Amino acid sequence: MPGAALRRANAIQNICYSWTTGRLGALMALELKQVGKRVAGETHVYPTDLVLERGSFNTLLGTTLAGKTTLMQLMAGLEKPTTGEIWFDDVNVTGRPVQKRNVSMVYQQFINYPNMTVFDNIASPLRVARHSEDEIKKRVGAMAELMKISAMLDRRPSELSGGQQQRTAMARAMVKDSDLILLDEPLANLDFKLREELRDELPRIFGQRNCVVVYATTEPSEALLFGGKTAALYEGRVTDFGATGKIYRHPRDLTSAMVFSEPPINTANVRKTEGRILMNENVTWTAPAGLPDGAYTIGIRPHHISPITRDPEAVAIEGTVKVAELSGSESMIHFDAYGDSWVSLSHGVHPFDAGERAVLYADVSRCFYFDTNGKLVAAGGGHTEH
Amino acid sequence: MKRFSWVIPTIYIIFLMLPIYWLVSMSFKTTNEILGSFTLWPQSVTLDNYRTIFTDPTWYMGYVNSIIYVTINTVLSVAVALPAAYAFSRYRFLGDKHLFFWLLTNRMAPAAVFALPFFQLYSAIGIFDTHLAVALAHTLFNIPLAVWILEGFMSGVPKQLDETAYVDGYSFPAFFVKIFIPTIAAGIGVAAFFCFMFSWVELLLAKTLTAVAAKPIAATMTKTASSSGYELGLLAAAGTLTIIPGAIVIYFVRNYIAKGFALGRV
Repeated sequence: MPGAALRRANAIQNICYSWTTGRLGALMALELKQVGKRVAGETHVYPTDLVLERGSFNTLLGTTLAGKTTLMQLMAGLEKPTTGEIWFDDVNVTGRPVQKRNVSMVYQQFINYPNMTVFDNIASPLRVARHSEDEIKKRVGAMAELMKISAMLDRRPSELSGGQQQRTAMARAMVKDSDLILLDEPLANLDFKLREELRDELPRIFGQRNCVVVYATTEPSEALLFGGKTAALYEGRVTDFGATGKIYRHPRDLTSAMVFSEPPINTANVRKTEGRILMNENVTWTAPAGLPDGAYTIGIRPHHISPITRDPEAVAIEGTVKVAELSGSESMIHFDAYGDSWVSLSHGVHPFDAGERAVLYADVSRCFYFDTNGKLVAAGGGHTEH
Repeated sequence: MKRFSWVIPTIYIIFLMLPIYWLVSMSFKTTNEILGSFTLWPQSVTLDNYRTIFTDPTWYMGYVNSIIYVTINTVLSVAVALPAAYAFSRYRFLGDKHLFFWLLTNRMAPAAVFALPFFQLYSAIGIFDTHLAVALAHTLFNIPLAVWILEGFMSGVPKQLDETAYVDGYSFPAFFVKIFIPTIAAGIGVAAFFCFMFSWVELLLAKTLTAVAAKPIAATMTKTASSSGYELGLLAAAGTLTIIPGAIVIYFVRNYIAKGFALGRV
């Protein structure tokens, strides 16, 4: 009966785990091993390998329906994976119910218990864990202080603003010293000002914790702001994972680069021959060193294209302006570049009329070169090893 | 124009209230006055009708019986409907939509259809003429209604609330009792109200399934014929008292019912 023996071994491990929770400082990680999820014949998450370390801030970056929420539910144990295993601190927790996993979750919708006061909301995980009233009072007080909602403890969630409701939800998520904190687009439903405010506080709030923080977002700028590590998600696959700065500057492939760019990255098909890159007869530039001859797809971020330049190496691209959005100090110019839809994002106000012919300058030294399979070959003018 | 905007509502309310006023007014009249002349209000106010009802056990036990089986029915219906509605609202399972529709079709058959089978069955198993008999018979109509109303309210609560509770460490039963039920309290109030109302006004099954021990007030009221003819004053007093429990319950759930309408149910 190898099955029974294995189950017993797991049970013993689980008991050991509960004794040592939070004290095993060294080998700590959330590990996904080939974790996938299919629902009714439809794949939501393809088998995924991922290791998230304690004390790290991990961003899941991807558009809506990329599988961020499903992946988080798998991590939390709210959903059972169809394939693969989930390990935490070197213990297989795949079959362990969410109640026994010591995780927290904050949702995009402001989820609080409407029948309880803010105090009771924050205290609820501690009450379930049967902590003493004195300790609950102390910890809830400290958490409310940190989240700046001390004055609202006697109110009901429905009497709070959206920002305060989300602060309550975050306080509840953090009050119990979870091993894993999952934040599923927590700022998406807040208005701009509150979002900025809370976003600035997040690294401070989650920074000093010895737990795995996972933050899902659709906005590349948030990932860059938080630093840490980023996983790019596209249609149920993790296309790239690593230190945020690294995968921003050296995306593994075209898909990852597209996920990690807002406005979308500009692409075009080019050829490399005789040391030069040819986009067409008129647009050509010196190829980066070491790039073999052949066909490539280039990717260039919108803020590396500008209507003005001082860089003599910049490549002039002539296009027809579709629309120019001027917002205060920035100009976003959508234009047609030899058949491809491109965007330029630049400082300063650069008005253009729709249909106007314009010359925009691309800083090709910041260009990504992807081979025909979409894999990154060279970035920022240099050859790249991935 | 604005100065006369009260006219139509007033007429409407008068039309609505007239039968009730007539009933209440009759209950304070003597039978002679009711049969003898046309009077807009009682010429000689009498409390005899009410006195009879409150002192004669054959009368007041009718109310007691009704209240007992209505209460049993309401508690039973809501208690059974809560888990069912939760399943319909939270899980997808084989044939869930068909089952939900089939539940509702139970309400489409007239109660009379079920009177005979219930009578025969309950006589056979020996619960004829008990409060339980009527309460059980009424659940056939009330459980589908309660499931339908509660499902609407429950679907208005995001699934993430359940997940948050599990993440916080609540087991399913603890979550359901401590968090979910308080969250949909308004829906439970509305469902209970409709169960109460149906069971309170339903006559045919209640009358068929009882004889003496559990005879409802409505059945008692149909037996007011005496040697001197119908006792209309007494009947009116009984009718007036029948309205009161419903009015009290409506008062308590009036705000929730508006909420129920807003959610597209009720």
